[in-house]
Amino acid sequence: MATRIGTLASAWLAAYGGASDLESLQLLVSGLANGCVYGLIALGFVLIYKATEALNFAQGDMMMLGAFVTLGLTNDHYWALPFWASVPIALLLMGAFGYVLEVTILRRMSGQSQIAVVVLTVALGFIIRFLAGAIWGHEPQSLESPIAGVNVRFAGLVLGLDEVAVILVTIVLTGLLYLGFARTRLGLAMQATSQNQLAAYYMGIPVKRVSALIWCLSGIVATAAGILLASKGSIDPNSGFLGIKAFAAAVIGGLGSLPGALLGGLVIGVIEPFAARHVAAGFSQVVPYAVLLLVLIIRPSGILSQVRDKKV
Amino acid sequence: MSRRDAVPMLSVSNIESYYGPIIAIRGISLEVPRQQIVAVLGANGAGKTTLLKTISGIMEPEKGAVMLEGQAIGGDDPAAIVRKGVAHVPEGREIFPLLSVRDNLRLGAYTRAVADGIAKDMAMVFGYFPILKERAGQMAGTLSGGQQQMLAIGRGMMARPRIMLLDEPSLGLSPLAVKEIFAVIRRLNVEQGVTMMLVEQNARAALELADYGYVLELGRVVMEGSSSRLLSSPDIQEFYLGVKEGGQRGQRRWKRRKTWR
Ligand SMILES: Nc1ncnc2c1ncn2[C@@H]1O[C@H](COP(=O)(O)OP(=O)(O)O)[C@@H](O)[C@H]1O
Ligand SMILES: [Mg+2]
Repeated sequence: MATRIGTLASAWLAAYGGASDLESLQLLVSGLANGCVYGLIALGFVLIYKATEALNFAQGDMMMLGAFVTLGLTNDHYWALPFWASVPIALLLMGAFGYVLEVTILRRMSGQSQIAVVVLTVALGFIIRFLAGAIWGHEPQSLESPIAGVNVRFAGLVLGLDEVAVILVTIVLTGLLYLGFARTRLGLAMQATSQNQLAAYYMGIPVKRVSALIWCLSGIVATAAGILLASKGSIDPNSGFLGIKAFAAAVIGGLGSLPGALLGGLVIGVIEPFAARHVAAGFSQVVPYAVLLLVLIIRPSGILSQVRDKKV
Repeated sequence: MSRRDAVPMLSVSNIESYYGPIIAIRGISLEVPRQQIVAVLGANGAGKTTLLKTISGIMEPEKGAVMLEGQAIGGDDPAAIVRKGVAHVPEGREIFPLLSVRDNLRLGAYTRAVADGIAKDMAMVFGYFPILKERAGQMAGTLSGGQQQMLAIGRGMMARPRIMLLDEPSLGLSPLAVKEIFAVIRRLNVEQGVTMMLVEQNARAALELADYGYVLELGRVVMEGSSSRLLSSPDIQEFYLGVKEGGQRGQRRWKRRKTWR
């Protein structure tokens, strides 16, 4: 992933006339940072979809909830715990939330139609939004994090530390996830469950527990996205609607591909600021979705889909 | 040796299994003695796969008992049954297509808590299927059908089973591949001491390999006997071994003669 971001960055540099166009570089960095957040939300979405075939339309709201939980733990106005203590607590709480959600609600939906699950998760999103509004209010708030609002100067370039941190954290997180999936017994079981659930049962993999752990992981990844988003901007209970962009990112990347989800997120994230600069106001917000349509027309299964590989 | 002189590896008595309201198995009883190969024959839809799924815990029997070496396992969850020594090599192979051959094999050993011995067993599997060693790093979905079947069997062996349930391992394979795979099944039975329950539509190949056979029809056992007895039974010959085909071949020859003129 790191190299992919690198190539993307140099491609953009080349396209925009090298380092002389500093503004483009700044746009690129902030686009990548946004894209990382979309990508992480999309990652959680794809994780669940691959392992359980459920489309979780509450993924964006889980991101928002994770951000508010962290904010509630660490901001002076609330519990004022140290930031570095709040983050693991929030990750843990949201992981538990995802796990419990699967065990108490989603597990009962197995055998129901996919539409029923979609409606359920949409409803869940409403409930999360309502609760967040009731607890933390509807005003946008920023997370008091060490990276918020600090600028770094680098070769004449002013970059937000928050944006750079978002990109770095995403790279590290992606690397950890990759290693976890490829190298651990549980990670392998998760991959197996998402590729062939029936066969996973035959192997004696506890498929139900693995599904619950996937929801747990997905809650953790969503919270990481939420923390990053709330550090470099602000959140309010409606921030969960970013999930729509993340869903588009997941589809662009090829629903079912984890690297694809991140790539899709980056594509949307990078397109946005450039569209805002070069396309007439009012149209620029539409550009990411125009790209979504274009991808779907040219390559209906998404950029990095594995459909071809699956055809045995 | 009498078939009933010891506790069998597997015994199934009067089991019934349903898909929702539809009954698929209507009171099947059978035994698989230790170290033997027992064939279960029957046409499409006879209930063979359902029988195996019920034994391995993928489906719960509505009635009846499943005993593994005298211990009841009916209704246990699949993980517990694998752990007790039952490996199910499913119909259609059901490999993990995007994982490497090696990772597929590792997943076969998933229920084994202790990691040691896994490397040794993988070497054992590679010994039986050298092509899997050659392709160890390759995605399993890129293997040919025969190789995927080998992988499915090898993956089953990684659980260190006492009994292996094989569901139509010859399905869709070339005669040559079938021969190769059946030879390995025989060797695993003799050399590794794994009891085999072999479900097949390819009745002749299965009976040539097996010690004993059962014939299922519409979810019931309609006939059983030693392989040699079944091979020589007129009913089996007519319905499962295609001996009647002689007549058809004659007809075809006649047609061909006609076109020569
Ligand atoms: N998933 C299912 N849902 C409903 N009925 C099924 C299902 N699978 C199999 N059946 C029915 O159960 C019976 C036995 O099927 P099966 O065990 O697959 O037979 P076999 O393996 O001998 O071909 C058949 O009548 C089949 O139609
Ligand atoms: Mg079958």
